[in-house]
Amino acid sequence: MSRPRTYQTEAIIIKKIKLGEADRILTLYTPILGKIQAVAKGIRRPKSKLAGHLELLTHSTVSFARGRNLDTIIGSQTIDSFLPLKSDLSLTAYALYTTELINQFTAEYIENRPLFQLLLETLHQLCLTDNRELLLRHFELHLFKEIGYRPQLRECVVCRQPLQPVLNYFSSDTGGMLCPDCRLTQTIVYPLSVDALKVLRWLQDNDFITISRLKIEPKLSHELERVSRNYIKYLLEREVKSVAWLDSLKQSTQLI
Amino acid sequence: MKEKVISNQSLPSTAEPIQRLVQELNKLPGIGPKNAQRLAYYLLRAPEEQTQLLAETIASIKQQTTLCPICFNVTDTDHCLICRNPERDQTKVCIVEQPQDILALEHTRIYKGLYHVLHGAISPTEGIGANDIRITELLERLKNNLVAEVILATNTNLEGEQTALYLNHLISPLDIKLTRLAQGLPFGTELEYADDITITRAFEGRQGF
Repeated sequence: MSRPRTYQTEAIIIKKIKLGEADRILTLYTPILGKIQAVAKGIRRPKSKLAGHLELLTHSTVSFARGRNLDTIIGSQTIDSFLPLKSDLSLTAYALYTTELINQFTAEYIENRPLFQLLLETLHQLCLTDNRELLLRHFELHLFKEIGYRPQLRECVVCRQPLQPVLNYFSSDTGGMLCPDCRLTQTIVYPLSVDALKVLRWLQDNDFITISRLKIEPKLSHELERVSRNYIKYLLEREVKSVAWLDSLKQSTQLI
Repeated sequence: MKEKVISNQSLPSTAEPIQRLVQELNKLPGIGPKNAQRLAYYLLRAPEEQTQLLAETIASIKQQTTLCPICFNVTDTDHCLICRNPERDQTKVCIVEQPQDILALEHTRIYKGLYHVLHGAISPTEGIGANDIRITELLERLKNNLVAEVILATNTNLEGEQTALYLNHLISPLDIKLTRLAQGLPFGTELEYADDITITRAFEGRQGF
């Protein structure tokens, strides 16, 4: 049986690049098809019917027509445009960071419904919560889990003994914690305080609604950010581009 | 941006200069291999004056133009036509992403002030931050107290919005009136197809009739 010539799915637009006079190639994250790319024709013209429904960080229902190479988008209707997110400078930066991670960590046509739900939920929560850093850490930890890089935070990855409440170490190479005795087995390790480890475990085991009540000190938040970023950098073997912008924004808003 | 893959195998028996021209034309935006081939053979048959003129014109856009030191529009004199014109309102500066945007705005003849071209928009996922576009130069320019109003005319997509929000963050402490071009329904379209954000903004910006 031949595949139907058109199909429809819900999707979050995570990346766009220009193509030709007025077209774009969009990267979309969908629940069933995973990450897909498609051409949106004429989308850069002011009278484009699709443009507003296919902007970055928009959750839409999208219809496609199969093409020889890339599929073409033939229709789109917004489900949620995340307006609060787009009207706030730092919120947009946070959201773009999450979509860039999704884009970097996924391959095309690999179904991952929980990951789609995680992204959607995170974008929703960004609009609602003030606890943005913690939400980002929650997103990262659950992203690791969904793509098969869940860090081991309960026991030492070398000696398999449960971790004691002392200063332990995180190793990106082994994807987990090392106890003080085993830390020398790895060349690059990051010290992780007892509190930070507790927060990471708590984030790993709970949904964000439960976690959102948690208030953490800036110093602890910074420690968590550093460990998480190092792990991401190790896994991707490159920098996440939107981090630079996120950091420069954080700095400039602190100054004023 | 990915480099276009140009295959030599499609032209095994072409003279080398033509093949080179095809390859160069193929690098232009919107020109595929077949289009490039057609243009190359057209130029081969065209009168020599025409090809000469084309070659000289292409060379001149790099050699004879520069950026205006005030507004960073493209110019062939030290200052661009708009910055030199004494009849333009010196107290208004309209901020656009690229020189082509000035053409679109000037075509309406509705705006009589000056411009500032950013040469890009903030795009975190492409690694373009505030220091990669001409924001510092804009802030320098605003220090001379001549400017009373800054009009943000960046694109209404996510990057343009980010840039506008960021400029708002920088300019609002300066005691300069800051405005943004109105957003809403474009002329000649149907309401039925409009997206949520456009309709929301159109409602917010509705005016007495």
